[in-house]
Amino acid sequence: MFSAVFGSVEQGIIYAIMALGVYISFRVLDFPDLTVDGSFVTGAAVAATMIILGYHPLVATALAVIIGFLAGCVTGLLHTKGKINALLSGILMMIALYSLNLRIMGMTSENSIGRPNIPLLNTESIFNQFKSFWGSLGIDSAVNNFFSMLGVQYLPATWGTLFLMALTVLFIKFVVDWFLKTEIGLAIRATGDNKRMIRSLSANTDTLIIVGLGFSNALVAFSGALFAQYAKFADIGMGIGMIIIGLASVIIGEAIFGKKTIVRTTFAVIAGAIIYRIVIGQALRVEFLDSGDMKLITAVIVICALILPQYIEKRRERSRKAKRHAERLVQYHSLSKGGATVAETRPD
Amino acid sequence: MLKLVQINKLFNEATPDEKIALDQINLHLNPGDFMTVIGSNGAGKSTMLNMISGALSPDFGEIEIANKNVTKLPEYKRSQMIGRVFQDPMAGTAPSMTIEENLAMAYSRNKKRLLKIGVDRKRRELFRASLETLHLNLENRLNAKVGLLSGGERQALSLLMATFTQPSILLLDEHTAALDPSRAELITNLTKQLIEKDQLTTLMITHNMQQALDLGNRLIMMDKGQIILEFNAEEKKKLTIPKLMDEFQRIRGEKLNSDKALLSV
Repeated sequence: MFSAVFGSVEQGIIYAIMALGVYISFRVLDFPDLTVDGSFVTGAAVAATMIILGYHPLVATALAVIIGFLAGCVTGLLHTKGKINALLSGILMMIALYSLNLRIMGMTSENSIGRPNIPLLNTESIFNQFKSFWGSLGIDSAVNNFFSMLGVQYLPATWGTLFLMALTVLFIKFVVDWFLKTEIGLAIRATGDNKRMIRSLSANTDTLIIVGLGFSNALVAFSGALFAQYAKFADIGMGIGMIIIGLASVIIGEAIFGKKTIVRTTFAVIAGAIIYRIVIGQALRVEFLDSGDMKLITAVIVICALILPQYIEKRRERSRKAKRHAERLVQYHSLSKGGATVAETRPD
Repeated sequence: MLKLVQINKLFNEATPDEKIALDQINLHLNPGDFMTVIGSNGAGKSTMLNMISGALSPDFGEIEIANKNVTKLPEYKRSQMIGRVFQDPMAGTAPSMTIEENLAMAYSRNKKRLLKIGVDRKRRELFRASLETLHLNLENRLNAKVGLLSGGERQALSLLMATFTQPSILLLDEHTAALDPSRAELITNLTKQLIEKDQLTTLMITHNMQQALDLGNRLIMMDKGQIILEFNAEEKKKLTIPKLMDEFQRIRGEKLNSDKALLSV
């Protein structure tokens, strides 16, 4: 149980970065960007390929982020300059990336042009580099002693990954919060909110959409690059349904933690991603569910997350109204009674 | 300050619905001019404003703002010099963003937008000070989302945002038409006050004849895509609503459509 939750949290944090990307396209720009399914794999593929080719994991990750940014920009260009429908331009970019991803991973192979997957066993990664540093600190044994005192049996081999991941996602959160408050960020938010208005304030909405989608997909690719190093593989199919996972995280987070301010919403999205991962992790422990059912479970969770809040809100409103009505009835009765006593006690 | 030369625009060209939206429009505004525009529905008033703002481009003709030919300039570039308030109170502000964030976007209208925090302490003080001039208590609600404001408050904010960077031209498109009479009066007074403060060159469309007579120093009447009447400052002072209607009848040879909106006195 504990180890399953622990793994879910680790994965959830990686997916949280992707979810923040989805938040920027879906919520901030109001642009349903399906590039995500492709750019997540692109991030993973670029990072894995570079690492196999012998580059430093940090360099590999940085390049993945840049390529992700460019992929998002292309989607933006298709939509703004090519005047292609938002959904369609995302889908077009997604399938174009499928072939590109095969070719990117193919760079590691000498006898074929494309390659559907790359295992990253026994290679360097951000995580095992950090782990060796972390190990020298001796925190793991201290924390694990504490948990074994509490009676937890399956202890994780290292807390370093979780720590590094948490630090990274916090950093990303602050970057996103800051970016959305800069002059460019404000204009991007206004583009999603009221295009006509921000155009009348001399902002080029086309450029803002392109930059916004670039930023969004850079985060998605970053998430993909981290995931490849965490799970020790990159696979052409790993991005399928990624957009729904991101959307699920955004919706679950917003439903539970609210979306009053930007700072709060980005927190909600991160928490939503982790909660989503835990729910999936637990669902897969149910006997009759197979790991192949994951996408189905995801779809069900998203459907619930979309329908339940409406239903709950309606019930809340009904009970609020009923309560209010009852109060007024009581008030009315006491008033008419009160009136009678006042009348009786009047001196004249 | 603003010059329109022989502006022509056809809508739905070469179809049965073809319509001459603007027909040989010539207009010249001097710096500090405040011109009101009246005319019935479909006269081409809004089309002319959209032409100036760059939302539409003319089939023929030239547009000059501050001695610069802007005919080919896209809307977002032109709007550095143009402040605009729309009829719909929802149109001029971003509802899910706060009052101060909306003002910050208006503040960077004529500057390059950078990766710099939009609302810092110095700007917040500036925003607070300018909101105080509205007397709507908005200066104490800097962090309220604009979607929560009433139509009148939003329109006042739009007006402030449009004039914030002292644009070369201010375009007002029936900006009081969607408000109740008391709010409309408030916005009208505010308009007067803001325009006088910076001596803004203004073009205002209105359906309210009295408002058209009360405000500004020049007046034009449009009909069927043409400017049919023009009054300068001297003539405008002596103008009354009956006189205006007589003039219309004389030129068009038909009685002015007793359109309720047009006649709302």
